[in-house]
Order: sequence, then structure tokens, then C-alpha cells
Amino acid sequence: MPARRIIPCLDVRDGRVVKGVKFRDHRDVGDIVAHALRYRDEGADELVFYDITASAEGRGLDIGWIERIAEVIDIPFAVAGGIRSVDQAAACLEAGADKISINSPALERPELIGEIARAFGCQCVVLGVDSFADGAAYRVQQYTGSVAATRDSGRLTLDWVREATGRGAGEIVLNCMNNDGVRSGYDIAHTAAVIAAVTVPVIASGGAGAPAHFRAAFEAGASGALAATVFHDRILPIPDLKEYLASCGIEMRR
Amino acid sequence: MTRPIPLAIVDLGYGNIGSIRIAFERLGAMPRLTADPNEIAAADRVVLPGVGAAGFAMTRIAEHGLGDVLRALTRPLLGICLGMQILFERSEEEDTECLGLFEGVVRRLEPGPDRPVPHMGWSRLAVADPACGLADGDYVYFAHSYACDDGPASLARADYGRPIPALVGKDNMIGAQFHPERSGDAGARFLQAFLAS
Repeated sequence: MPARRIIPCLDVRDGRVVKGVKFRDHRDVGDIVAHALRYRDEGADELVFYDITASAEGRGLDIGWIERIAEVIDIPFAVAGGIRSVDQAAACLEAGADKISINSPALERPELIGEIARAFGCQCVVLGVDSFADGAAYRVQQYTGSVAATRDSGRLTLDWVREATGRGAGEIVLNCMNNDGVRSGYDIAHTAAVIAAVTVPVIASGGAGAPAHFRAAFEAGASGALAATVFHDRILPIPDLKEYLASCGIEMRR
Repeated sequence: MTRPIPLAIVDLGYGNIGSIRIAFERLGAMPRLTADPNEIAAADRVVLPGVGAAGFAMTRIAEHGLGDVLRALTRPLLGICLGMQILFERSEEEDTECLGLFEGVVRRLEPGPDRPVPHMGWSRLAVADPACGLADGDYVYFAHSYACDDGPASLARADYGRPIPALVGKDNMIGAQFHPERSGDAGARFLQAFLAS
């Protein structure tokens, strides 16, 4: 395993960084380039930018802000939001993104995963999964960028991650919606179940609030841990977090 | 008579090489994206990025008539990620015959416990030759499912169940399995050393 990755996630709306709680009530938290640079300087290992409204509004994502980020950033970053074709993926990569993260469009047309993987390699294709615990079953949700548009995809999470990696997805970002934004910890049991189901790297997402939550995700086998609130609101400075995790015996890039 | 370009980035189509172009621009270089055999043959330095899978890249190289041009280069050539892999003899990826500039075969990484594939993330380097601008213990960013055979050409290695050549060098050629354009300060040091080579 490489060093475990700390991955700040930036939700983007109209080229600005926003943050919601449980996928709603988004507030503006600032300029996208300033955030990207700050995280790079603090030691983030990778960044993810989600255009949170693109998929629900049925439009492709805006290339302009990808170029602005690519000009200043020398660590990997993924972009997500409404990418529905190989051409749109190509435009994002040409603008300087390293990976394409697809979620709702992959559920609409699973062949898209293989098309992008064949064109650019599976390491470019990240599958974003919004997983919601409905009783004992975890189900995949679609169009989660807006509350009104969110709906159940009809798929079970474990079935979907197996199918998607078979089609060429090179990484899974598993977002456990029940935990999102509430800072009570990642859903470790569900994350471990997904890790056991696939052979690609899995990134834990949803619920980070304390250093011990990151430790639990990594000890469960997550390759990376993604968070937004704790980094945006400077609750957990990344250097301090990495120092703690390293002291727990978890390999960190510092 | 056109003036030779200082830095050519081989553009095989599907322009997913924006981050490499920008990384060189940040260092003050003025790269030119091109698939023109004459421009590439005359360039002071050539960068060969990876595009798609090995089979796709080799097909595009053949279509553009670049195979012999790349083999005949005497000025510095840097292959990045898949662009390094296709410098070897063959790749298991779609059983592809490659350029044959380095001895050895490119093989698929086998996933294992706590070792997912692709190998994705920042791995620590053991550096055999500090002239490359990298130092022992540097972390650099990898994203690959296939890796070259380890051998005497390896200048730096990462450990991923087996020793992964992170950097290979021979004559005018250097290959980086990692992504220097996405490896922060360590990557910039490496690219700077290439520009000074």
C-alpha cells in the first residue's frame, strides 16, 4: 500500500466552493483556487472537486475552473459532476484534471465506465457511490446534488461496486450518506464490506469529525479518506492529522 | 528552415496531457504539443506521455510514423507512466509489442491483501542514483496497473509486493513510472533535472 491519502473534497457550485450538511443547505465557503492552494500547502495528498449541481441540472461540468486549478496545483485532483461521454471526460483531462469521477451518469448508462477506461486507462476512472443504509441493505442513490432530484437507483451498493470495477472503474469513492456532514465518523463496517468486495483502492467518505475516524478508516483498509467540513472549517489541520496518524503506525506522506 | 523547438511533448491525440504541459510551463519551459516526426526528431528534448492503453498508444505512434523517430533520438527523451512502459520490449496489456529501447516486459500488477490495483497514491522511493533530482525517501505519485521488469536500468524503485522500477535510465533515455507533474516538490525537482540534462 502506498502512503494513505488525506483527500479534501471541495463541492463546487458556479465556480465557488460550497458546503452542505447531509447534502443540503449549501453555503459559500470561498474561492476555488485559494482553497486548492491552501490544501496543497497543508499537505493534502489529492483533491476532489464535485460540481454538485451539474448532474441534477442535466448539464456537463464547467471546464474553466478546472484549468484555473490545474495551473496552480502540482498534486493529483479528480473532477466530478455530470460527465456523460468520453468527449466530456477528454475535455476535463485536457484542462489538466488527472481523474474523472462519475456517479449518476454511470448509473444511467454503465457502459460509460468502460468507454472512459478504454480511452484513458482505468486509473483515470473513479466511481463515486452515494450509499444509503435502508434498514440492513445499503442502496445506491442517484442525483444527490439536489434534495429534490435525489432518488434510489434500484441498485445494491455491493452489487454495483463489483459491476463497476468489472467494467473498468479504477477506484471507488464510497460516500455513506447517512453519515455525511455530521462528523460522527465513517461507516467503517460498510466501508470494510466494499473493500472486501473489490480489488481497486477504496476511499472512505462521509462523516469524518475527529482524527480517530481517519485512523479507523485506514485500519479497515481504506486507501484514502475524504472529508470536507473538518478541513474547510479548520477543525482538523492536515499536518496535525498526519502527525497523529503516523504516530498510530499509519504510513503518511509528510 | 524552422528553429528546433526546445521541448516537444508527443501528442498522440486524446489530449489528456494538460497537467504535463502545465508542469513544464510552471518551471519556465515552453513545451510544444506535437505529433510531427520532423519537429520531434529535431527537438532539444522530448517527453512521451501515456495515452490510453499500451495497444492504443503504439497504434497511434505507428499512425504518426513516430516509432523510428523515437528509437533514433539522441537528445534527452523522457517517458512518463505508460510513456515509460512502451519504451520496453513488450507489454502484457493487450499483448502489445512496444518500442524495445529498454530490455524487459511490462507485466500486470497482481492485487493482494492491502495491495489494491491500480497502484494509486504516493509511494516512497529508494533512489539508486541521486543525479535524477530525487532523493531516498521522497514520496511520488503513482497511478498504474502495469509495471516494468526491474533490472539494471532501474535508477529508483518503489515497493509494491515486488520492486517496481519508478525510474529507469539508459543513454539519452529516462522513464518515470510515477507522475512527476503530480508529485509536488519532488516531481518538480525531477523535471528540473530533466530540463537541465
